[in-house]
Amino acid sequence: MTTRLDAPIAVRGGVGTSVPRPDGIPKLQGTFAYSGDLHHENMLWGATVRSPHPRARIVSIDIAPALALPGVQAVLLASDIPGNARFGQKEQDQPILADGEVNFWGEPIAVVAAETLPQARRAAAALVVAYEPLKPLTDMEEAARRGEAFRTLQVVNGDQSLRGEVAIEGYYEVGIQDQAMLGTESGLAVPDGEGGVDLHISTQWMHVDHRQIVDSLGLRPEQVRLHLAGIGGAFGAREDLTLQIHLCLLALHTGRPVKMVYDRAESFAGHVHRHPARMWYRHEADRQGNLVRVEARIILDGGAYEETSGAVIANAAYFSVGPYRCPSVEVDAVAVRTNNPPAGAMRGFGANQVCFAHEAQMDRLAAALGLDPIDLRLRNALGHGDRLPTSGQEITGSLPTAEVIRSAAALPLPDEGPSDDPRRLPGGVGLTTPPGAVRRGVGFAVGIKNIFFSEGFDDYAEARAVLTPAGLEVHTAAAEVGQGMVTVLAQIARSATGIENVEVVFDHTGQIGSAGSTSASRQTQMAGGACLEACRGLRAKALERGGGDRLDDAGVWSEGRLVASLEDLLAAGPLEHHTRFRHAPTEPPNATGQGNLHAGFCVAAHRAVVDVDPELGLVRVVRVDTAQDVGRALNPQSVLGQIEGGIMQGVGLAVMEELLVDRGVVRNASFTDYLIPTILDAPDVEAVIIEEPEPGGPFGAKGFAELPAISSTPAVVAAIRAATGRDLNRVPVRPQDIAGV
Amino acid sequence: MTPIRLVVNGTEHLLEVEGPVSLLSLLRERLGLSGAKNACRQGECGSCTVLLDGEPVCSCLVMATDADGAEIVTVEGLAGPDGSLHPVQRALHDHGAVQCGYCTTGIVMSAVHLLERNPTPTAEEVKEALAGNLCRCTGYGAIVRALAAPERAADGEAP
Repeated sequence: MTTRLDAPIAVRGGVGTSVPRPDGIPKLQGTFAYSGDLHHENMLWGATVRSPHPRARIVSIDIAPALALPGVQAVLLASDIPGNARFGQKEQDQPILADGEVNFWGEPIAVVAAETLPQARRAAAALVVAYEPLKPLTDMEEAARRGEAFRTLQVVNGDQSLRGEVAIEGYYEVGIQDQAMLGTESGLAVPDGEGGVDLHISTQWMHVDHRQIVDSLGLRPEQVRLHLAGIGGAFGAREDLTLQIHLCLLALHTGRPVKMVYDRAESFAGHVHRHPARMWYRHEADRQGNLVRVEARIILDGGAYEETSGAVIANAAYFSVGPYRCPSVEVDAVAVRTNNPPAGAMRGFGANQVCFAHEAQMDRLAAALGLDPIDLRLRNALGHGDRLPTSGQEITGSLPTAEVIRSAAALPLPDEGPSDDPRRLPGGVGLTTPPGAVRRGVGFAVGIKNIFFSEGFDDYAEARAVLTPAGLEVHTAAAEVGQGMVTVLAQIARSATGIENVEVVFDHTGQIGSAGSTSASRQTQMAGGACLEACRGLRAKALERGGGDRLDDAGVWSEGRLVASLEDLLAAGPLEHHTRFRHAPTEPPNATGQGNLHAGFCVAAHRAVVDVDPELGLVRVVRVDTAQDVGRALNPQSVLGQIEGGIMQGVGLAVMEELLVDRGVVRNASFTDYLIPTILDAPDVEAVIIEEPEPGGPFGAKGFAELPAISSTPAVVAAIRAATGRDLNRVPVRPQDIAGV
Repeated sequence: MTPIRLVVNGTEHLLEVEGPVSLLSLLRERLGLSGAKNACRQGECGSCTVLLDGEPVCSCLVMATDADGAEIVTVEGLAGPDGSLHPVQRALHDHGAVQCGYCTTGIVMSAVHLLERNPTPTAEEVKEALAGNLCRCTGYGAIVRALAAPERAADGEAP
């Protein structure tokens, strides 16, 4: 497959170079202002009262004891909300503050504002709420039986009568993973004195927050302005509202700036988590190993409110087969409503759960057929021109599945067995088994995911390129969450214009239209695509005004002679270009889940090497090597950073990360009890970057940064299976699942 | 009210502390030094790491009154007289070891302490020294490459 792309203009710091991030130095020096670092004169501190029950009727609320405490300026309940009292990105089904009942542990009931944070927390604790606890619904299969569904999806593709010669079945479970971004939820709301409010916030999508905030406050859109504050990671946790409306309510009620910062325990309660899953699979193939039919039944527990469950279950359904051709597919998928903590977006967005299942199935199928598991995957690898086995849509962009499989499989394996250095053994120095008892295993997995929002969503991003006497500004409302979009936008702008001095400016919601969400691996192509269009438009205008053929930081050149400086160009008036960029349109699915639902896809392969202590059930992930489809690497160093960081989260889900929910109550809401990988847990990583340009992507780039977190998990578990012989149908794999092999 | 004396980044502060205030809160709220971050308030994540009499501590776990008389160095105290980056900061910058950056200042302080005692650490020694600093973005690879002497040598830098 060949794609013609407009070549980037040669310029220092353009695409394809590892430019350092512009916010790197302030972040290293401690001067970068995260939302939790913001301060305003005369500001109050907010705190939230949360339900201790997963399901209960609220009998009464007495705010008087809280109001009587020193420093308390406001205690607000559901009845104090002037506009729509419910919110939600799609369905407005979630109370901003509980009204009459609570449906999950940690659901907000009231918010308070006081002069100091300790005073606000004391006031929150002093509020008296009488509950009548009710029996919570916490089992996702029971919820499915009762028809408590946010979305049910049936995907039927191909000849349903086809049957293979070999069939294998499996059942799989995925536990709840938390994004555990290091910066907890925080923000600062400042009333403007005219009835409106400015909210400085860490979020993944300012404009979708804005719409919901305006709706709840009963204000005109222009009265509420969201400003992007410094963000300490996101990974999906900031895709749905948490404290945004609470902050604005308190600020408008008190007429004073209000700051809120969740502590870690509250952060676990306050944001959505990755959906836990139960999945039943049947794979059938002919004797040569060609997939003939896949049947899957998938349940995701969406928790108490819908959030993005409808889109997550769709991804789980459409990517349930993996990046493989298959002529006959039937998938039943449902996201159910329970009284568990709400689930929503996390890196991978539904593709991770099914990848764990379909990759275990592929290994089992290979074993049943007596084939090499990598050969089986290669034989069925999906690529450009094939049809997605679920939705039936043709793959019109790049999809180098076979290439990532071959490249990852070709990487050298370590020669040596388990180390004799106790620091490199499972359990580390404190809990090691004798090196001779350690078992090593190798596992392989492949993953696929869509890029962008799907199923007919009008997905767009705005950008504005502005010429200044010093160079170029790119204005956007896209969220920089740490991934490095701020670097890549500047690189695209340089390569599109020839101007080296580029600044990315984060506008507030009143200054520019939406850039869409920083999620779904979409911003490199969406904010990046808008940036490219805006910059090309600006360059064309500048060349026309200056009467030349080349633009750079000096100005416009004609046949090698400078004909107008940037100041000369601007003397005739401002020079800017604004665009609204859209990816290729998609359509909603028909009744059997068919249609052109997605506008782009990405694949990766991972190969994991693990050492297992069979006595204590401890696992050390020695290395995870990968081949990653990226279209084109705009910033190779940043690409590697996304790969290594994503793999680490995938390893976390494989062997340690699980939010433990007992009858609806979260039992490990702390970093003491919810373990995320430390530097000692980090595997060595070798990554092969596969550059097959994506049509329509800026200079051929495609979004990819969810994939490293998707197929790394099943690769690690496959390696543990190889080391132990255990079935291991559940992640995270726990010591008791392995010990005593 | 308890009077305490602290030397923070070379400047002496005489402060009155009321109630149970952590060193982290004191630095952030009273002295306006927001480089040390609060990500867990339990000493698990290392985002609040500062040097107390030369040793790295989780400032969220040190009561301000217990730091009375101590010499504290925060990330704000690392810059050269001209505002230049400390070599540790430069290495992390050049290797792309910063993403969201929330853990970064804590990692800088732990790494400064390591390199003061061991200017040429191996990758394993870097990992042991940073075992108390959680990072959720980078997967730690770039951090090790930035700080481990053999890795830096392989990148053509003086070890």
